[in-house]
Amino acid sequence: MRSNRGYAAFLVPGALLSLVVIVVPLVMNVGISFTRWQGVGTPEWIGLDNYTRLLEDDNFWASFRNIIFLIVAMAVVPTLIGLVLAAVLFDYVAKAIGPRTASALRSGFYLPQVLPVAVTGIVWGWILNPSFGALNAILTNAHLDGLAKNWLGDPAYALYSVMVVMVWFQVGYPVVMFMSGLRRVDPELYEAAAIDGAGWWRRFTRIAVHHIKPEIYVVLVTTTIAALKIFGQIFVLTRGGPGNATLVPSYFAYQNFFEKAQAGYGSAIATVLALIIVVLSVVFLRIQARDEKRAET
Amino acid sequence: MIRALRPAVLATLTVLVLLVLSPFALVAVNAVKSPDEYGTDGPLSLPNGLYLKGIADFWIRVDFGEKLVNSFVIAFAVAVLAVAVSVLNAYALGIGRVRGRSAFLVFFLLANLLPQEALVYPLYYMSKEVGLYNTRLAVVIVFTAIQSAFGTYLLTSVFTTFPREMLEAAAIDGAGKLRTLWRVVVPISRPSLSVLFTFFFIWTWNEFFLPLVFLISNDKQTVPVALGVLQGDRMMDATTTSASALLGILPAILFFLVFQRTLSRGVMSGAIK
Repeated sequence: MRSNRGYAAFLVPGALLSLVVIVVPLVMNVGISFTRWQGVGTPEWIGLDNYTRLLEDDNFWASFRNIIFLIVAMAVVPTLIGLVLAAVLFDYVAKAIGPRTASALRSGFYLPQVLPVAVTGIVWGWILNPSFGALNAILTNAHLDGLAKNWLGDPAYALYSVMVVMVWFQVGYPVVMFMSGLRRVDPELYEAAAIDGAGWWRRFTRIAVHHIKPEIYVVLVTTTIAALKIFGQIFVLTRGGPGNATLVPSYFAYQNFFEKAQAGYGSAIATVLALIIVVLSVVFLRIQARDEKRAET
Repeated sequence: MIRALRPAVLATLTVLVLLVLSPFALVAVNAVKSPDEYGTDGPLSLPNGLYLKGIADFWIRVDFGEKLVNSFVIAFAVAVLAVAVSVLNAYALGIGRVRGRSAFLVFFLLANLLPQEALVYPLYYMSKEVGLYNTRLAVVIVFTAIQSAFGTYLLTSVFTTFPREMLEAAAIDGAGKLRTLWRVVVPISRPSLSVLFTFFFIWTWNEFFLPLVFLISNDKQTVPVALGVLQGDRMMDATTTSASALLGILPAILFFLVFQRTLSRGVMSGAIK
């Protein structure tokens, strides 16, 4: 039997790297959040003041309200659209028209996912530009001038515009994941259900959705966490504005770190965001482990 | 019934895909128009000819070649180093099963999920203290740590099922642990390593937040950062913006086409977004 001793040495480079780049900065960040500090000089210990200030800060609450909207746009809506698209592509297009058409359509839906987030911001920032953007030009051409808006500059529309952009960006990911999950479904189950007189919709909700539950779960978890971390598109499209209409926690922290030189306050925002993400992840992992155990017994 | 539906379903899907792809088409069409033509005909007309001066001017103004080199060097270095670190970690955790294994795994998983905002200020401060601020090396080090946290997690589960007989055979032949890793484990797990390499490269190429903070001088910036910070600039009119967007899109589509099979293998396995 091969001994397990002597393997720990292989962990040394990775552990050191993680210590320097992740553990120490994380602990420092929590430490800084209890201070007033401009990034130079000596931090001044102020206990929980930054956190009590957060609770009274409208921008802080606005950033979390906006994040809930973005979770809808990045996790919930793409999952629902993705379910229908994946089912139609897998179950209907691939069988009635051909698998090549299905996979070509799938690639089309997936394409936005390969772009750098900042580039998606540039593309849409131009399309939605009120003076020289394509969308308002299309509306004007169609004699719908009344519908032309300052999409990103008007607080009434800015958040919804960003939401549409994020649905566009995200929808391909669930389509790809769900289509691969659907391959596990036994075709005989489908045929049996059809013989029993179950319509397409009934087969879809009772059989397909049930079988790809693990994929649905993974997609919801990863996209929710991605929504909580969103930064690039907001930075390029709106910088959180107008006012705080599209402000998100990561950009709010960035502003305090690098624009207002309020490192202590920025660290408090980042700490709260990290806590929320870690707690959510732990809960998700627990649920997943429990479900796997249940599936085994 | 199914036959009657066929044209309707296909038409609906085609319209949807075209809607999803329309921003790409708009960018491509307007990147090759002259500003005058855009002014008179607007964004929807097809270009009268190929006007490449907008793209060329933008390329020269931001020294786009330099940005491509920066992005490539950073993404490639991170991909190589992060795969190496992941392999070493996963060798100890998945095959060596060292003590405290599950605690390490939970740590690496959470490290990967942490928002970069919670690390950025101390990293920024530390990099200034040691003279690494505004260097590509700082970005490489940070992303090697972040990406390898994910790689360790994924590769450990691959290595846990590594055939024990092969390791024992190597040991009988007198191979040490390092030699076994290099001669047996790495060659056999090459498909997993190439999936990891591809994802690390593309993820790092696409990163925006940390490179934005760390790379402040123009000659060090990556493609997304250089393009991102120009938005809202006075010089960015409609055709220049489309030209810049096109230059940002093209490398991404190139990677997508080149790595398509590796990428879909990774996404399909369900473990990678």
